[in-house]
Amino acid sequence: MPETPVACPDCDLLQHVPLLPPRGKALCRRCGKVLATDKPGANERTLALAVGAAIVFANALPLMGLSAARREVDTTIIGGAWMMWQEGQQLTAALVALCAVVAPAVYIGIIVVLLAVRIYSPAPLWVGELLHWGELAREWAMTEVMMLGVLVALVKIADLATVVIGVGIFATGVLIALITMVAVNFDSGKIWTQVQWTTVDAQSLPNPTPAIDYQGVKK
Amino acid sequence: MQALCAFVKTPGHTRATNYCPRCGNELAFRRHEAMERTWALIIAAAICYVPANLLPVMTSITAMGAQADTIIGGVILLYRTGSWHLALIVLIASVIIPLTKLFALAYLLITVQRCSAKSNRERAQLYRLVEFIGRWSMLDVFVIAFVVALVQLKPLMAAQPRYGILFFAAVVILTIFASQSFDPRLIWDSANKMEERNE
Repeated sequence: MPETPVACPDCDLLQHVPLLPPRGKALCRRCGKVLATDKPGANERTLALAVGAAIVFANALPLMGLSAARREVDTTIIGGAWMMWQEGQQLTAALVALCAVVAPAVYIGIIVVLLAVRIYSPAPLWVGELLHWGELAREWAMTEVMMLGVLVALVKIADLATVVIGVGIFATGVLIALITMVAVNFDSGKIWTQVQWTTVDAQSLPNPTPAIDYQGVKK
Repeated sequence: MQALCAFVKTPGHTRATNYCPRCGNELAFRRHEAMERTWALIIAAAICYVPANLLPVMTSITAMGAQADTIIGGVILLYRTGSWHLALIVLIASVIIPLTKLFALAYLLITVQRCSAKSNRERAQLYRLVEFIGRWSMLDVFVIAFVVALVQLKPLMAAQPRYGILFFAAVVILTIFASQSFDPRLIWDSANKMEERNE
């Protein structure tokens, strides 16, 4: 199969990505952007991690509790967004829910589905659509920022009352580790190569493109 | 021309041929109207930045009375209560990162408009840095959400979100959109033109 040139997503220089050695990496020779990485067995590992993340998904577990004057309150991630909504900050509440719950859940869900249908080659068309949505969900999933937010909130509240750390905090910690590993290991390029083509007419197939600085060599 | 799935092809003559045969999306040379959109978004973010810092983000009601905190007030309070590490983290996330994003994007836009061809690689790295740090300014929004959710022991103590946090969230979202709408390929355009002229 003829190799097609790759345009650097950051600076548009057209280059050929050479066959990479195991764990090798190809950088754009002009701007230094990572163009491709070889990750042996990446998607098998990612599937395992994503299923693990889906199991741990920690929204229902109490993150922390507060006790003062013999009264106790505890809260979850969704509880935080819900309380903000009730206090009249609907937009901010929606944003918290999106970044802390919806986007991570959608991201894990999409990854699991993508890796499950990966065995069909060529993959059905909607796989391409899902890859876009997965990319979007990953940008808005901010579990690691949320975890730091929880820790700062803990310290702030510790002045006022006794804080009881819930099991949810540990679950969230595990979740962050898993999501990060999923994002690092996931190899979307491999899945793109399996996606079925909508129209295969001869003219639109990659033909030798003129005026390309293939290797970036100065004439 | 390039599609979302990174498929590259030469531009066709008719509109119908300018679609990716693999993912079906429209092929594009560039992000649409990158300069205009990015300028609009960072100006909007800069405007929201003023009320975000002047208005209180949270009111806490304790036995000592009600106290309204701004973003900076929250940092100072954390510093006074002894955890300067956390105060530093919040200061970086809530003050330094949003300002860095605004100034860095404005700098990138201005250098592109002035057709600068200097330090392209550094500017490309600056853009990647802006994209990487962007999400961390959400920190204070999460902090307020959790404090408000937990400190609900009425009438003993309570915490309420205030409108400052709405404007602050707006700054965060607008700057994230701004860095997404900027097209880093623009950085390399003047260098390309110079090379063509020299050949």
